[in-house]
Amino acid sequence: MDILANLALGFSIALSPYTLMLAIIGCFMGTIIGALPGLGPSNGVAILIPLTFTLGLDATSALVLMTAVYYGAMYGGRISSILLNIPGDEPALMTTLDGYPMATQGRAGDALVLSGVASFVGAFLATVGLMLLAPMLARVAYLFGPAEYFALYLLAFCTLGGMASNNQAKSAIASCIGLGIAMVGVDNSSGMPRLTGGNLHLMDGIDFLVAIVGLFAIAEVFFFIESHGKGSSIGVKLGKVTIPWKDIASTKWTMLRASLVGFVAGILPGAGASLGSFLAYMSEKSIAGDKGGFGTGVPKGIAAPEAGNNAAAGGALVPMLTLGVPGSGTTAVLLALLMTLNITPGPTLFTDRPEVVWGLIASLLIANVVLLLMNVPMVKIFVKVLMVPAWVLLPGVTMISFVGIYSLSGSYFDLLLMVAFGVLGYVLRKLDIPTVPVILGILLGGNMEDALRRAMVLSDGDALYLWSTPISIGLWIAAIAGFVAPMFLRGMLKKPQAVTD
Amino acid sequence: MASDRIFGLVILFVALGYIASATQIQTSFLSDPVGPKAFPMLIGAVAAISALVLIFKPDPDPNWPGIRTFGAILIAVIVLVGYAYMLKPMGFIIPTVFAAGILSYQISPRAIPAAITGAGLSVGLFLLFKFALGLGLVAFPKGLLG
Repeated sequence: MDILANLALGFSIALSPYTLMLAIIGCFMGTIIGALPGLGPSNGVAILIPLTFTLGLDATSALVLMTAVYYGAMYGGRISSILLNIPGDEPALMTTLDGYPMATQGRAGDALVLSGVASFVGAFLATVGLMLLAPMLARVAYLFGPAEYFALYLLAFCTLGGMASNNQAKSAIASCIGLGIAMVGVDNSSGMPRLTGGNLHLMDGIDFLVAIVGLFAIAEVFFFIESHGKGSSIGVKLGKVTIPWKDIASTKWTMLRASLVGFVAGILPGAGASLGSFLAYMSEKSIAGDKGGFGTGVPKGIAAPEAGNNAAAGGALVPMLTLGVPGSGTTAVLLALLMTLNITPGPTLFTDRPEVVWGLIASLLIANVVLLLMNVPMVKIFVKVLMVPAWVLLPGVTMISFVGIYSLSGSYFDLLLMVAFGVLGYVLRKLDIPTVPVILGILLGGNMEDALRRAMVLSDGDALYLWSTPISIGLWIAAIAGFVAPMFLRGMLKKPQAVTD
Repeated sequence: MASDRIFGLVILFVALGYIASATQIQTSFLSDPVGPKAFPMLIGAVAAISALVLIFKPDPDPNWPGIRTFGAILIAVIVLVGYAYMLKPMGFIIPTVFAAGILSYQISPRAIPAAITGAGLSVGLFLLFKFALGLGLVAFPKGLLG
């Protein structure tokens, strides 16, 4: 049993007292980040990357810490959904539909515990799925040449663009903004500066962390200035928290089905956790039928989106680790973390650095158990955190972002760029243009161009080489279908607004 | 309608400018069949086509905030730009008090809580970064303490 041996290796790394402590700290911070409205997994992880970097953690420790934060944020998002009727992050949007009604019926504690258990089931099954599927996919990925990689990157942009926005032209523009930014700097193969406008600061290119923190965290400040931080007071009472065994038992099949749906949605490049929770909720709603009472605060309506959302979070790690193509906004941020740590995701990661991969998987399992233990008895502590008013929280987040980016390079130029990205992020989100493709473009632009150029070197300039193998033809077809199909499905699949993760 | 059209027009001009500057990229003797120009030009072309689609098929306008909110956001941007310039020469504490305080005031316009927030965040974050995380921040400008 290869998997068991690998898991043993992983646990031998992840169970050291130091990494265990990092996992617990990460889970705690992650839950808080997820719970606070306006601070989701993407911007939470993005702000913490530069800080982790300056702390001088080694690759495995940094990865353990940040994935714990990532999973923790997925757990935390439900707290504000249930208590405030405001999703703490995008994927928790569907949890408000039944979570808040249940809380207003005086069962806030039950809703929190049930959603915590559903999160655990979803995340656990997804981690098991990741263990089984990722090594297989890594083996397939060895067959990928530059032409296939080019098609794969295209697929990521197309499906993400198709899903993330209600207007294909807008998501194409967003991808182009990101790709265009990625071109700035010294060209890898010819060594010549490109599109820098003679600015010396731009010779190294634009650091993706600057763009991510600007687009996600700084833009959020402008949104809170616009809304004046209104609507964040707790309207429901949280009494004594007990474990609702009956509800948990009655939703067990819902959780299993939702986990499967979420996991599959998470694997699709570009689909992400929001789609996972949406599909899980909708499929359970149609299984239950009209008598199911979805939307009125039924247990199944809480269990389904939470299991789906956390399963998708695990599923999104599969393409990220094996192919280097992230499946969601947050995994794009995690990819940024790996690139900062000089780890190149892809099939070779599984053979060259098994300790990183399996240490990560083991720490996901540990983080999941820690989160369940933390979220059931300690839920009241996290509820207290929700009382932090926006006018303290947002300036704090801004200052932490500034210090983080400043500690990367020590130059004021990066800070100015970050503010510019913040303004750009505000304008884009106002116009309903998704920001995740921008991030993806900046992260993958260089690789995508390299793949194209290497493919052309191999074929001596023959463009037909791009469609020379069945895998690449399949990926192209999937890419075009993923971009075009949502236009026709839009009438049938009415999506909740503002799903960007 | 109008917002999308204006945005599309801006993107169209940026894309055309981008293509124009991509044609100026120098090629070196170490060239491959594609070269350093083609991919940026391709991106510019896709962006320009998408911008045209947006101009001819715009979505309904978003709810833009009023002039006063724009003023508040503009102030916030100016403060953040100033903060970016001040952070190095002035040390961490003094610029942070002002930047955090003003941002807090823009979100919730009450002067005294905003001032307390600014001061508290400044000192609290400094202690956190300096002693708990061990980052090399400078508290005050060098000249001040002699």
